[in-house]
Amino acid sequence: MTDDELIWRIAGGSGDGIASTSQNFAKALMRSGLHVFTHRHYPSRIRGGHTYTEIRASADPVKSRGDGYNFLLALGDSFARNPQENAYYGNEEVKPLSENLDELREGGVIVYDSGLLDTSEIEDFDERVEENNWHVYDIDLRTMAREHGREVMRNTAGVGVTCAIAGIDTEWIEDLMRDAMPEKILDPNLEILEAAHEMVREEYDVDAPDISVPEGEHDEEQVLLSGSDAIAYGALDEGCRFIAGYPMTPWTEVFTIMSQNLPEVGGISEQVEDEIAAAALAIGASHAGTKAMSGSSGGGFALMSEPLGLAEMTETPVVLVEAMRAGPSTGMPTKPEQGDLEHVLYTSQGDSHRVVFAPSDAAEAYRQTRKAFQIAYEYQIPSIVLYDQKNGGELRNVPASVFDEEPNGDIGSVISEEDLADAPHDPSGKYNRFQYEGENGVSQRSIPGQKGGRYLATGNEHMPAGHIAEDPDNRVYQVNRRMEKLEAIRAELDEGDVPNNTHYGPDEAEYGIMTFGSQQGTVEEAVDRLNDDGHSVKAFGVSEMAPYPVEQVSEFLESVDECLVVEMNASAQFRGLTQKEIGKYGEKLSSLLKYNGNPFEPDEITEGFVKSIVEGEELPTHETKFVPAASD
Amino acid sequence: MSAFNAIGENVERDRNEYTPGLEPQPTWCPGCGDFGVLKALKGAAAELGLSPEEMLVVTGIGCSGKLNSYFDSYGFHTIHGRSLPIARAAKLANPGLTVVAAGGDGDGYGIGGNHFMHSARENHDMTYIVFNNEIFGLTKGQTSPTSPMGHKSKTQPHGSAKQPLRPLSMSLNAGASYVARTAAVNPNQAKDIIVEAIEHDGFSHIDFLTQCPTWNKDAKQYVPYIDINDSEDYDIDVSDRKSASDLMYETENALNEGTVLTGRYYHDEDRPSYQQEKQNIGEMPEEPLAERYFDEDYEWERSYDMFLDKHK
Repeated sequence: MTDDELIWRIAGGSGDGIASTSQNFAKALMRSGLHVFTHRHYPSRIRGGHTYTEIRASADPVKSRGDGYNFLLALGDSFARNPQENAYYGNEEVKPLSENLDELREGGVIVYDSGLLDTSEIEDFDERVEENNWHVYDIDLRTMAREHGREVMRNTAGVGVTCAIAGIDTEWIEDLMRDAMPEKILDPNLEILEAAHEMVREEYDVDAPDISVPEGEHDEEQVLLSGSDAIAYGALDEGCRFIAGYPMTPWTEVFTIMSQNLPEVGGISEQVEDEIAAAALAIGASHAGTKAMSGSSGGGFALMSEPLGLAEMTETPVVLVEAMRAGPSTGMPTKPEQGDLEHVLYTSQGDSHRVVFAPSDAAEAYRQTRKAFQIAYEYQIPSIVLYDQKNGGELRNVPASVFDEEPNGDIGSVISEEDLADAPHDPSGKYNRFQYEGENGVSQRSIPGQKGGRYLATGNEHMPAGHIAEDPDNRVYQVNRRMEKLEAIRAELDEGDVPNNTHYGPDEAEYGIMTFGSQQGTVEEAVDRLNDDGHSVKAFGVSEMAPYPVEQVSEFLESVDECLVVEMNASAQFRGLTQKEIGKYGEKLSSLLKYNGNPFEPDEITEGFVKSIVEGEELPTHETKFVPAASD
Repeated sequence: MSAFNAIGENVERDRNEYTPGLEPQPTWCPGCGDFGVLKALKGAAAELGLSPEEMLVVTGIGCSGKLNSYFDSYGFHTIHGRSLPIARAAKLANPGLTVVAAGGDGDGYGIGGNHFMHSARENHDMTYIVFNNEIFGLTKGQTSPTSPMGHKSKTQPHGSAKQPLRPLSMSLNAGASYVARTAAVNPNQAKDIIVEAIEHDGFSHIDFLTQCPTWNKDAKQYVPYIDINDSEDYDIDVSDRKSASDLMYETENALNEGTVLTGRYYHDEDRPSYQQEKQNIGEMPEEPLAERYFDEDYEWERSYDMFLDKHK
């Protein structure tokens, strides 16, 4: 934590409106000129259960949730179960306060709703407050909300108190409430905000804590959105007008955004009976001449394995997104993990050939989803966008200009009816849709309804016009051609104008840190801190999981003495992929892993690096795990 | 101008036009009921004047899955049990296509049962032909969802302890708006039923009895059969659910006792198809979506213009 940032945590029960309140607060801070980053922590539970959202706000760009936080607004869990002596969950009502104390920094602020929370129920509360020099504001937010409106509006009262203590102009909040709230509830909310703000300024010492919100200014217009928003907008801008899906956390976000927006652009969304059907529908829609997608999270994606293989074999373009969450099986549905990398790379039988992108943040999610569509439709191959609960759900400010791009409705390698007239056909008049010769292995497809284009698409091995065949020569031609596409895609990605893989830090650094997907921003922040502390470290964040950027990664590993691979799973899947693809540097690669359901904080990486690589010591906690290089 | 000029050509067709020159001879066993489906489908397509290139025949896995190898049109030979979701989406993407899905009783009532139930419920405008031979043929004779109770096979050596599934009743209850049963031994009725099924605007389900002389020798060859719509012994009003339901139940019981009842059981001409319902609520474009990708003048919408304001 630095002095010039606010990390505000709003905690309560699931169903207490934490998400909407924090979203409005984050947007208000963004509009005031700050960079913002949110981190969500919520349980897989219907109502109640401790949940919080953290908003980090700074005048400088922020790439991660930061370390710990410095301002707690504890609302109390209004859906808590009754405390019972032997129940493992204990007293849930006070958890929004008691569970959040460990990470609150020294000198931090606690605002809690004394209408719901009783600190005498929390062990050693007063002692801890004194030890840590916390500034505590016990305010009956519930009563205040009741006086001016309804009890559920205590969130607004809490925001008013926050503004008073952190010195935030309530006008930013008021503007936002006017945009976001229906008239009926707007007035009481405005009253509550004002009353809470006034009351605290008059009756409490707001200058005691050394915390205030910084001032900042953006040099261009910003938008507040998540990776899920960015994936959906990337798909829409590539002309995707068909989605099929089945709800599953956290993929449901992309599915919802698409389903709400598609009718406005004349598209079709289908919520279907299961994920097998979802993937199959996307394939059917693509086969019939549209740009289509589906997606799921781990368990649902497992059901898509067989359709995925069908798309590969029939060379039907399709884009699938996979939102990882902690597994195996049902795992921890609302917690992030990066444990599905091997699952999406290798699922489905036979020699598979697919493209996988793992974007790090919203801007990358937008660009790489677009790239996934372009590759899928140009090369007639499934593309997968692999992300997780963290970068799918975290809201952050992104320059609006990132999305100011031309749309692309091009459906890729499709033959026209005119060209079909002169195209090669088999003796029975079927179009040779799977010809042996094709640029980069690609043979143009026809679309049902086109005159002169009929052929058989089949999951069996097939002849050029689709006839099922087990002829050895034909088999080798067809396999080679399908595999050839991968090399062409690798070459295209290597030559791309906007690289998908990101170098960070000084070129000539001694040590390297590699990561993939959602941990990249946190790694970059750790790299800055390490270099500030006199270490010599650079990072390489990889998004291209398949085809793997062998040359780029080799160059990076060649240039460093040792490399720490940071990933959010227990079996070092990304490190394993790297070793499999490159076949050397095993002695340079060690792993820093985290799989407790929470993403890395920057200091866990700096500490992991210093303890493990530099000092050769054990890590101080079991929250993260170090796995040494093969030679150690 | 359409990018799909095979659609709506409407010229006179001969049934032989649907025979693929390169593979005219199916590999089904001599005496297999599947020949009857192929013949009836060719006859129906010719009678309707359908271009092979406005038809998409989507199949699953099994002997039945070879239908589109031997029927010359656009074809998609998919994976086991999944013909329906693929066929459904193709129809949504381009409603101009005539979409026929086909598979066996294991494919449609077993592994793909969930898709069958939901496709019927949603009333997609397509035809689904189930080759029902009461056995798994391609994998050499295992008990299937429609095998009668007590049926012995290598995987059920003491005879099946399960009641067979009731395909017609299931279809009706799930929501299919056209339900019929025909048999390979009755090609004229089969052709007429396929014609009606394709012409029907909604989900048409045909349970097509196809004898398997190789792996289900014990079973009846589905002769003699009785056409319930012609017979004086049966009284049915195909527009009435109750009437249909009663006779379906009787038909399913009768088959186990060796009496083969066939014909049209249910035809709801008033229920709008799923495509119509979806268009009515504004969630499906009037112009076929597939046409848009071939329209060079189409101005593709941008999220920057349409959706970004709410994030500012």
